[in-house]
Amino acid sequence: MAEKIAIRDAFGEALLELGKKNDKVVALEADVGGSTKSAVFGKAFPERYYNVGISELNMVAMSAGMAREGLIPFVNTFAVFLATRSGDPIQSLIAYDKLNVKLCGTYTGLSDSYDGASHQAITDMSYVRAIPNMTVITAADATETKKAVEAVAEYEGPVYLRLSRAAVPVVYGDDMKFEIGKGIKVKEGKDITIITTGTVLSKAIEAAEKLEAEGIHATVVDMHTVKPIDKDLIVECAKETGAIVTVEEHSLQGGLYSAVAEVLAAECPTKVKGIGATDFAESGDYEQLLEKYGYGADNIAAVCKAVLADK
Amino acid sequence: MTKERKEELEALCLRFRNELIDLLHAIQTGHPGGSLSACEIITTLYQDVMNVDGADPNKEDRDHFVLSKGHAAPMLYLNLAEKGYFPKEELKTLRQINSNLQGHPCVHKTPGVELSTGPLGLGLSAGLGMALADKYKGLDSYTYVLMGDGEIQEGGIWEAAMSGAKFKVDNCIAILDNNGVQLDGTLEEIMPMGDIAAKWAAFGWNVIKCDGHDVSAIEDAIEQAKACKGQPSIIIAKTVKGKGIDFMEGKNTWHGKAINDEDYAKAKAILGGAK
Repeated sequence: MAEKIAIRDAFGEALLELGKKNDKVVALEADVGGSTKSAVFGKAFPERYYNVGISELNMVAMSAGMAREGLIPFVNTFAVFLATRSGDPIQSLIAYDKLNVKLCGTYTGLSDSYDGASHQAITDMSYVRAIPNMTVITAADATETKKAVEAVAEYEGPVYLRLSRAAVPVVYGDDMKFEIGKGIKVKEGKDITIITTGTVLSKAIEAAEKLEAEGIHATVVDMHTVKPIDKDLIVECAKETGAIVTVEEHSLQGGLYSAVAEVLAAECPTKVKGIGATDFAESGDYEQLLEKYGYGADNIAAVCKAVLADK
Repeated sequence: MTKERKEELEALCLRFRNELIDLLHAIQTGHPGGSLSACEIITTLYQDVMNVDGADPNKEDRDHFVLSKGHAAPMLYLNLAEKGYFPKEELKTLRQINSNLQGHPCVHKTPGVELSTGPLGLGLSAGLGMALADKYKGLDSYTYVLMGDGEIQEGGIWEAAMSGAKFKVDNCIAILDNNGVQLDGTLEEIMPMGDIAAKWAAFGWNVIKCDGHDVSAIEDAIEQAKACKGQPSIIIAKTVKGKGIDFMEGKNTWHGKAINDEDYAKAKAILGGAK
């Protein structure tokens, strides 16, 4: 098993490194800096770290003003609050004015496992994906987190970057190429394609290995950017394998499954089955929750086989 | 402010009121009440106080204005056109398809607009962000945020009030258009705000009161606000919704009502008919 690193720790380090390179980068936080790891940046750069207390709407609207003045604000809190409590300024200021704000929603999916369903973000992608001008990215491992932080800082415009609390296997080497809007084929096979976004990538890879042992060859795609989505790659995979399974720690309405199905319906009608949330989850150990709610490698493999049986 | 300058600004305000009524009558849409109450405030800022240049909308050291009560957009547009941000001829396209002048201010369509506004309760936070960014960049600019008094019923305003005090944003000056009337009725009827000055003072703000229809008093209040260091200031400007047109004054029904021909003729007679 590969080494595990927590996404939030990788993010904290990446933000610190970015701050060293670019003095236009500022960070805003809503009293969870010890959790999001924005506090790492705050310790190094107190003069450009703004902890606004528990006021998410105010935080996002403040970042809008900072971006209008040419700064690059990284806005931090739990995704479950960022997308909902700050929904108005995200839409009416950040997106409408195409502001260079990086909204960093952490603890996505079930990763805030023990805190329970009230703290687990399973709908945030649906909110932000519908908003014009918004780019939506989910990091799959520590390496991709670092690369994504660099890439979104380079990109001029609003980004919603989804992060996780969880320590997950490091899938990528430091030489990985991360390009916004370009999905990554992590493994190639001819029978079926598994498309994931976020840390469930490692589960999909594990599922593909199990399938391989049974003679089923699966392609695994890391669709880190769900908006704008990589249409060409989806169509290519549909044509090559003729069957697609998506996996996301998120509602099946409005996230990765929806985005993939929208492309397939218009460009290349193909059977697609989604693994995702259909209900609120609960408190518990993260790995146990992943198993119970269908994100374990065995279930992903089983769903793939069911789709293939119906191909 | 000299007597001559005061008279010039007052004449300008009268002209803007006339042009506003002409415009809103012509297009049969838009918000007369809030534009009329904010007339002297916006005009004093743009034509007298702020360091801005219509020919160079993005100059680095400019002052900023955020119309947090975005529905007063027509009065902002009249002032921007007067400063040369865009041709006055464009004013008549307000709220029409393919126009640069949206119903509520839009950054990407209208030169001089500093922030898209309309959804209430966000402008103060954004203004604080601009001011903090200016401080970080070492600029001496001021950011002015105009809020409606109904608008401060939004919880986000009080989140912003806390941040303004914590971060000592003395280069952001909030102005409250205190006309006492919101869309559905008076503040007293809809949501009484109690002692507004005491509320802001309790949140750590330097509170200044002035007559919001006296250009000289508005300028004095801004000078007082600038003199206060280490603490944000709010100017509570007492105003009358629909100011200048007696049958609109203090009436919530004129918040966003189209002006018919009969009312237009009456309004023009009251304003003296200047075109």
